[in-house]
Amino acid sequence: MIWQAFWAVVQRDLLLAWRRKSEGLSAVFFFVVVAALFPLGIGPELNVLRNIAPGVLWVGALLSSMLALQRLFDADYRDGTLEQMALSPVAMPLLIGAKMLAHWLVSGLPLVLLAPVLGLQFDLSGDALGTLTLALLVGTPILSLVGGVGAALTLGVRGGGVLLSLLVLPLFVPVLVFGAGAVEAQVSGLGVQAHLSILMAMLLPAVFFGPLASAFALRIALE
Amino acid sequence: MNILRANFWFHYAGPQAFYGLAGRLWPWCAALAAVLGLWGLWLGFMVAPADAQQGEGYRIIFVHVPASWMSMVIYLAMAFWSVLGLTFNTRISGMMTRALAPTGAMFAFLSLWTGALWGKPMWGTWWVWDARLTSELILFFLYLGYIALTSAIDDQRRGDRAGALIAIVGAINVPIIYFSVKWWNTLHQGASVSLTKSPSMAQVMLWGMLLMALCFWFYTIALVLYRVRTTILQRESHTAWVQATVQEAA
Amino acid sequence: MIWESWSQFWEMGGYGLYVWGSMGVTAACLVIEVWQARLANRQLFIQLRKEDEGNL
Repeated sequence: MIWQAFWAVVQRDLLLAWRRKSEGLSAVFFFVVVAALFPLGIGPELNVLRNIAPGVLWVGALLSSMLALQRLFDADYRDGTLEQMALSPVAMPLLIGAKMLAHWLVSGLPLVLLAPVLGLQFDLSGDALGTLTLALLVGTPILSLVGGVGAALTLGVRGGGVLLSLLVLPLFVPVLVFGAGAVEAQVSGLGVQAHLSILMAMLLPAVFFGPLASAFALRIALE
Repeated sequence: MNILRANFWFHYAGPQAFYGLAGRLWPWCAALAAVLGLWGLWLGFMVAPADAQQGEGYRIIFVHVPASWMSMVIYLAMAFWSVLGLTFNTRISGMMTRALAPTGAMFAFLSLWTGALWGKPMWGTWWVWDARLTSELILFFLYLGYIALTSAIDDQRRGDRAGALIAIVGAINVPIIYFSVKWWNTLHQGASVSLTKSPSMAQVMLWGMLLMALCFWFYTIALVLYRVRTTILQRESHTAWVQATVQEAA
Repeated sequence: MIWESWSQFWEMGGYGLYVWGSMGVTAACLVIEVWQARLANRQLFIQLRKEDEGNL
């Protein structure tokens, strides 16, 4: 029963996202635009671009995820679905986890798939692109899970979007450091194992605590 | 009064009792802060000799290090009150956390400012991305985030609880952030100097720093208790005891 | 006393700008904080008294 509820919520959110394709796509396009802006601002010198690529692409992914976070709970909050979830016999963190999974599939996974393509614009090597993709694959779910807490706390609050960014960006710093660091380690020939292991070590608690903390925050918002 | 009994502690969880307690405590803390500050400054500026490597410029540590320490201690205090508040649902906890935040943010700012003014003459640059300074910057952002969130939410109780959660989440993240920034810093072989690697200090210098740190600590306690009294009056303004207090002061 | 003159004290061996820039801003911040807290308290009292008078 519990898993049925879980997958039901995932399917529902995916269906809703499909009906509002423009919302999901706009965050992804933001990623593409940001990745293009940096070379325009810094210059076309490939040596420079290759150096800054891991950081730029990761920051782009971070910002795009942050924009997408605003949509995580907003619609359900406004139409009362969130209250229903709070009242349901199924544990709320589980349902929130389902929402986060759907959110990541719509907003995070496209970034993972796009990043190697954008990385080509920065003249990253094949190995580096592979590491980038893998790091983003592990890292972007962390952004959805941890960012969900910020999204829950700022529900319905004035100036919510910018406030959300201010709350959530400091929490993203470790993911950024190890995610971009993994790619740089690859490029400079050092092993990426350490970085990826640490990212995994951050993902696992996030999977557990993210939905829990977000559910707690949502109950605060729903009172 | 048996200190082991819960209602000894919970007595002060009530706003009126806390108001009284804070009112009695803060003047003493303020006086203590003044004494410690004067003593510390005297040691730091009138007794401690010039540093062998940094000349007179090192004296900035007498405010820089205490400010850094306070910015971290205050955040921990905020996390402590937040846990208390979410566990026991006391109104005072939210008020104390809110009262602590501006002072904590101020000390974080001072830590960054004095750090920059120390770095420029010593290492030629206003800012250096070492682990400590960068973590301090992020801590400053965490403070701003808390203040922004609690200011934006109109419902005071919801604001208290939301702020409590973000304070706790931030506190858990601070060691993670520090660790990752440290890793990031050594990986990139940043500036080989670090504000933590201060030259081994003479006794007097250490004493001066310690006294200033205690001064800041008691200053914070005094100011926060004073500030929380204002908040208590504001939130409990509908009660008879507040109205009586306000009339008395006229 | 380690200083031979006041001017030496203010100059801080050439680092005067940085040292006093730090101490000055610190002092200013503390003073502003205290002043702001007292102002808020005073304003609240005035406001609450007005409200009470309105209710009486």
